[in-house]
Amino acid sequence: MAGRAKLVAVIGDEDTCTGFLLSGVGELKKTRESNFLVVEKDTSIAEIEETFRGFLGRDDVGIILINQFVAEMIRHAIDAHVQSIPAVLEIPSKEHPYDASKDSILRRAEGMFSAEDFR
Amino acid sequence: MSGKDRIDIFPSRMAQTIMKARLKGAQTGRNLLKKKADALSMRFRQILRKIIETKTLMGEVMREAAFSLAEAKFAAGDFSTTVIQNVNKAQVKVRAKKDNVAGVTLPVFEHYQEGGDSYELTGLARGGEQLAKLKRNYAKAVELLVELASLQTSFVTLDEAIKITNRRVNAIEHVIIPRIERTLSYIITELDEREREEFYRLKKIQEKKKQLKEKSEKEIARRLAELGPMAEPVNLLMEETDEDLLFE
Repeated sequence: MAGRAKLVAVIGDEDTCTGFLLSGVGELKKTRESNFLVVEKDTSIAEIEETFRGFLGRDDVGIILINQFVAEMIRHAIDAHVQSIPAVLEIPSKEHPYDASKDSILRRAEGMFSAEDFR
Repeated sequence: MSGKDRIDIFPSRMAQTIMKARLKGAQTGRNLLKKKADALSMRFRQILRKIIETKTLMGEVMREAAFSLAEAKFAAGDFSTTVIQNVNKAQVKVRAKKDNVAGVTLPVFEHYQEGGDSYELTGLARGGEQLAKLKRNYAKAVELLVELASLQTSFVTLDEAIKITNRRVNAIEHVIIPRIERTLSYIITELDEREREEFYRLKKIQEKKKQLKEKSEKEIARRLAELGPMAEPVNLLMEETDEDLLFE
């Protein structure tokens, strides 16, 4: 049973967004609604949070890709999101490599596995 | 806690049978739910392990993709603005399918492509090869990420399902079954008590009857002694009152 097509949203720095847009996940609707947000040094946390919540509210967004350092800024909003769809994935950026101990999803499963899995 | 009372039911033999059947039902239900929770937990652990593996893999893939982006930038100049301006329709989308595990429906993402590549002409000026490699790398990254997203959604859904099932198991084990057991013991005590009362009553009646019999025998013996040796049986025709007539 396939549901309706859903988009992959991206919230990240310029390089991340460029890369993913090149792979074809970007969409700009006629209503000037896009499914991505380029986060620069001067982007306010409020704007990021608003965009994030906007994506959560839309029913055509299935996955939200977010750079880990951006996720840190709106950590409380991400931790509050407990539904399974849309799925929030934290990806590393060029300056900030992937840190598994900060990932929201893995923190929920804390205590279920030992540190040796984090090799 | 006073909330854990027994069920209000009139104590009878049938009620006892009904309660026994209910107890059996509750125990079977509890065992089945326990098995379901175990199956779900096992699947949960599997998925968790897979997630950790995939995430580490994803870290590497992303690093490679970022590296090829730097290469492409070096070769083709800064194309970020062009790319961002030229967004219109998405070619890569995902679909949510339903998967079933031990009675729990899990959402699974499937990625598919639609339409042509809108960035075909971007690298035409210079750095076309790097750009093509970059596109491929990011496409690969997207596939991996979609898989990761499926794992994550299953993870979250399973987490909820396991919590609910465990809650039900505990509820049955600590509330429902003790309540039924208490009701059962109450019914049994009541029935025993009633039997004892019956028994006691019967005994009392027997005693009374015996006393009555002794008394009447004594009467007869006395009358016999009064009348002397001329003991005659009772003459029905001489009786004035008939005790069988209710209304005179």
